[in-house]
Amino acid sequence: MSAEIHYISEPHPVSGVTNSKLGVWLFLASEVMLFGGLFSAYILLRTGVTDWPRGHEVLNVPLATLNTVILITSSVTMVMSWASLELKKFSKFRLYMTITILLAIAFLVVKGFEYAHKFDHHHFPSTSNFYAIYFVITGLHGLHVIGGIIVNAYLLLPGSKMWKTNPEQFTGRVEAAGLYWHFVDLVWIFLFPALYLL
Amino acid sequence: MSGHSEVEVKKQVTLYLRVFFALMALTVVTVAISYVHMPILLGVAVALFIACIKASLVAAFFMHLSTEKKIIIFILILTVFFFAFLLATPSLHHT
Repeated sequence: MSAEIHYISEPHPVSGVTNSKLGVWLFLASEVMLFGGLFSAYILLRTGVTDWPRGHEVLNVPLATLNTVILITSSVTMVMSWASLELKKFSKFRLYMTITILLAIAFLVVKGFEYAHKFDHHHFPSTSNFYAIYFVITGLHGLHVIGGIIVNAYLLLPGSKMWKTNPEQFTGRVEAAGLYWHFVDLVWIFLFPALYLL
Repeated sequence: MSGHSEVEVKKQVTLYLRVFFALMALTVVTVAISYVHMPILLGVAVALFIACIKASLVAAFFMHLSTEKKIIIFILILTVFFFAFLLATPSLHHT
């Protein structure tokens, strides 16, 4: 009995896209709702009180700006790693994918410094509604970054064997991982002004 | 996007770099504007406007939405509708 999944590398005749791409986009749609629920909670908490702290008075804007730059750069290196595969340049793929992973780790290190600084000053999720929503949203986003690192590290190391046996499917996998990674970047693009700047 | 010619992919790469610089510039703008004193509602509107432009650039070019098939666009329109409803629920509560 074969349990092969069809239309992984060629488009499905009905949808016009590969099943893998359709699957990733449906997953991202559910992710929009997950973060959307938290953003909705943030709006409710914020508009429900009169004395909400301004982000730049309690959070570290320069560090968060640095993290914005890191994440945007990692999005570019991610898309470049996929483009390198399209150009059949495997060594360039490895280079860009390695940079992407290193940038993701750098993001987490900066975030770690921010968290450590907050804990040193006894600011915990239980401190106030602001810190509660701050830690929940940035924490969930951080978990997504960790997830991206795991998937990208798999594609860089053991998963890259597939390049020799089925390059088309492998390129599709990198594209799918890229879609997820750009989404993580996209969430941060909204998180950054909402929590830090307003 | 797979199966595209080398010339096409190379054109894409140039585009990615342009988008990268645009995103960096908009990040500088959004941080700089946050230091300008303005009414809170205007500040929120400006910050969200810039964030929307940045998000559109990422979605259109890095995620290839500008050349994506109709079914993906349809799924996303549906998602935007539900997302907008989700964001509006706090204000529905007040009325």
